[in-house]
Amino acid sequence: MPEVIQTYTPLWACLTALLAVIPILLLRKESFLREGATFVAGVVMLGFVISMVPEVLSGKVLECTLVQITEDVPIKFRVDGLGMLFALVASSLWIVTSLYSVGYMRGLKEHSQTRFFVFFAVSLTATMGVAFAGNLLTLYLFYEMLSLATWPLVTHHQDKEARGGGRKYLAYLLGTSVGFALPALIFCYVKASATGLEFSAAGFLAGTGIEGSVALVLLLLFTFGFSKAGLMPFHSWLPGAMVAPTPVSALLHAVAVVKVGVFCIIRVFTGVFGLEFLKTLDIAIVVSWIAAFTVITSSLIALTQDNLKRRLAFSTIGQLAYIILGVSLLEDRAVIGSMAHIAMHAVGKITLFMCAGAIFVATGKKYVSQMDGLGRKMPLTFIAFTIGALSVIGLPPTGGLISKFYLVTGAMDAGQPLLVTVFLVSTLLNAAYLLPIAYHAFFPKDRQLSSQPFSWKSTAEAPWAAVLPLCVTSILAIVLFLQPQVLLKLASLMVGDAG
Amino acid sequence: MAEQYPIIVLLVLLFGALLVGLSGMVDRRVCFPLAVTALSLAVVVSVGILQQVINGGVIRYFVGGWSRPVGIGIELRIDTINALVLLTITTVGLLTAIFSFRRVQEDKTEKTPLFYVLYLLLIMGLSGMVISGDAFNLYVLLEVSSLTSYALIAMGKSRRAATAAFSYIIMGTIGASFYLLGVGYLYLRTGTLNMMEIHQAILALDGSSSTIVVAFVLILVGLMIKMAFFPLFGWLPNAYSYCPSSTSCVVAPLMTKVGVYVMIRMMLTVFGTEWVFENLQYAQWLVGMAIVAILAGSVMALAQVELKKMFCYLIVAEVGYMVGGAWMANHWGMVGAIYHIMSDAFMTLCMFLAAGIFLKQAGVVRIDQLDGMFRKMPVTMAGFVVGALAMIGIPPTCGFFSKLYLIRGGMESGHWGYVVALLISSLVNAVLFFRIFEIAYFGKKPAEGHGHHENHSTVSVIKEANVSSLVPLLASAAIIVLLGIFNSDIVELIERALNGSQVIGMNVLSGKGGQG
Repeated sequence: MPEVIQTYTPLWACLTALLAVIPILLLRKESFLREGATFVAGVVMLGFVISMVPEVLSGKVLECTLVQITEDVPIKFRVDGLGMLFALVASSLWIVTSLYSVGYMRGLKEHSQTRFFVFFAVSLTATMGVAFAGNLLTLYLFYEMLSLATWPLVTHHQDKEARGGGRKYLAYLLGTSVGFALPALIFCYVKASATGLEFSAAGFLAGTGIEGSVALVLLLLFTFGFSKAGLMPFHSWLPGAMVAPTPVSALLHAVAVVKVGVFCIIRVFTGVFGLEFLKTLDIAIVVSWIAAFTVITSSLIALTQDNLKRRLAFSTIGQLAYIILGVSLLEDRAVIGSMAHIAMHAVGKITLFMCAGAIFVATGKKYVSQMDGLGRKMPLTFIAFTIGALSVIGLPPTGGLISKFYLVTGAMDAGQPLLVTVFLVSTLLNAAYLLPIAYHAFFPKDRQLSSQPFSWKSTAEAPWAAVLPLCVTSILAIVLFLQPQVLLKLASLMVGDAG
Repeated sequence: MAEQYPIIVLLVLLFGALLVGLSGMVDRRVCFPLAVTALSLAVVVSVGILQQVINGGVIRYFVGGWSRPVGIGIELRIDTINALVLLTITTVGLLTAIFSFRRVQEDKTEKTPLFYVLYLLLIMGLSGMVISGDAFNLYVLLEVSSLTSYALIAMGKSRRAATAAFSYIIMGTIGASFYLLGVGYLYLRTGTLNMMEIHQAILALDGSSSTIVVAFVLILVGLMIKMAFFPLFGWLPNAYSYCPSSTSCVVAPLMTKVGVYVMIRMMLTVFGTEWVFENLQYAQWLVGMAIVAILAGSVMALAQVELKKMFCYLIVAEVGYMVGGAWMANHWGMVGAIYHIMSDAFMTLCMFLAAGIFLKQAGVVRIDQLDGMFRKMPVTMAGFVVGALAMIGIPPTCGFFSKLYLIRGGMESGHWGYVVALLISSLVNAVLFFRIFEIAYFGKKPAEGHGHHENHSTVSVIKEANVSSLVPLLASAAIIVLLGIFNSDIVELIERALNGSQVIGMNVLSGKGGQG
């Protein structure tokens, strides 16, 4: 058992964003101070998270129990390697996205900006709560909180399209969580309430006598119940939710919301069932094939999308399925790979989304077919886009390579050559739907455009507040290639325990 | 003094009603402060009673000091379960009384003193039903609460209130007669009206008497009419939606719930769970009917266009939750049913208070009239959202935990149909309430395309309700969350009464494992 330290730091990290709501509301008339409050909260939150890193890295676990909400199961925070990894990703990208939101929302003169920043902060609280959740009940609580807090963000425009997207969003997320995840949760509660539903490497369901088809049904209820992960056939909320303003798509739909989904599924695999127990049950392969199907299908759909944000959305569905596929292989290296992929994909995809937003702010263009030669007008944006694309595809010199390497070797360890092929085919498809955008932006099909000489004076980038963040995240994608050790160490803590 | 608490709760309300009636003839303005004072005292005393029960175990109080062996005395009997329900009733009564302040402000009506007299008598009747340990005394108080509620409902401005109240009288009277008949049969066979003694007599009869079965069925049917259990709910939607807001806010949360409570009391204390579950083989049927009630209530709620009507059908579904939970013959099902009595009372209160405010401030009757409410009345909507999340069952509100316990009971006792029905009803609630949120957030006709920018945002002005309406709403929202957060303490109290010797005949329900 890892050493346990009692501390309230996880709670503070979680509350920082929630408390930021008060100054944001009070300063609603002073937009500069209002955004200032968001930044301060972001930095403080990151500070809290980083302050816990050394202890987690040394193999300890930080815990705090908030309330004993039912007889056996408390509301409890517990920070381990996986939680820390996710919290680091979410809190650092919040700061970047806040800056970007300022640029984007101002650039487009959006309405109700205060409401936007308030719910943004609440969503972050929920995300941190999920990251630090120590048991299944706490996880579910913050999972639902996130679904509800992001609805006003998704429907921000308050027009017909937003209403449709919002309906779909809630119907899928609430429908599956109440219809599948909740009964699964209560079933666990009935079977294993004595364990407090607390995540452990051995899995709290191990030793409860669950087996065979019951275990399979339970696993599938969880996997589909946390439909933020976008596993087919419960994926179509994600493209629908692209009606949101781009900063929302960027942080919530490439980072927070969808990653919360896969995070929950990884928790189910590593904490609820436990990898060893799942190996003896021999049921995870069903999930593997569902994920593999999702990987290939979504990549094929992405190829056909002309709307850039929709194309990125389908790409996200595929990448999320990578993560689920990785963890469902139950091999150490594949699991490390899928945890690392949370971070790597987050950085790559947020760059791509912010590029899409910057293009929209600067030119009003949404469709891939309109972006011919645009790299000459917005060189920085498209350089960042290229780096982001490389990371999502998994090519050097970006972090995406590292996680993909682990995932593929893990699939080999598992002795599943077909699934190795799935990874490789999908990599080709990723390249096929991302690289042409970057290529044609710099080398337009249109002869007239390409014959013009390039000059910095003719560039027209989006406002600096929108461009700076995407440069930062693209650099981060390269840094993660050069220095992935911390992330890998955090991820390997999770499988080390089980070993 | 402290040992007289059980009767003080009732007397405070009874004399409060008298005082309000008398002084109201002189000056109508004193009615409101008098009523609120009486109810506040009742709340304080019920807190005291709860403390006493927690510390000292069951309270047996003999009215007038006529202790049982002597003969004719009426017993008030309070364990942790009915202490909690009593506190719920007085608290809801107090919050709604505060809410009714705006009636006084308007003061167009001559009926203010009458309203408060009836109101206090209603709360008195309900409190008495809950703490009474005497089957006939319970009937008397049942009639007190029923008669006052008929009158309160008939006070509605709309003309349909009168017809709604009339059909409620007919149904209510039939229900009460059934109950009385049942008690008559019990008296015939056992020769006593005291619940404990009836129980002893039934145990002595060893389950062989068909008279007792008839008595039980009559009482059950009578109570089912009172609690609007499907299909005997026909009187409820009209009665609750056409009455004045301050009436619906107290009647809707309490009347049906007290009916459920009395049924549970009959099952636990009077007939005994062994007799009910083992001698009578009705459990499967009743759970089946509860499933139908849950599904039918949810579906009919979906079909409603009026806000209050929708809530009324939700009550029908919620009654199904509780009846199903109580009849599962499982520890957690019973715990969930009793916990849900409390949580549903406050959820319903929150819903109806919000509906009352919408009606008053914005004239909202139909759901589609709620457009733009998030902008116009943000505080009211905030309270409403908390109540709605509890109805859907989102943690950490109490609605989540009642579902948790009820579903746990359903899973342990193998009533999978009930589990599925509960989940379907949660999903239907999600649809219902997010439909409302959507209308309140978008307005009736959202703009086409990506219009709607900064300058449009200040068109509508905030027009919030006054403090006396908002305080009860926010208080009920806070209680909904607190009930959820402290649910383990409440469940512990419920279990104490279920497991301990406080309720007899608990073989079936004691022990955490249930019947697996």
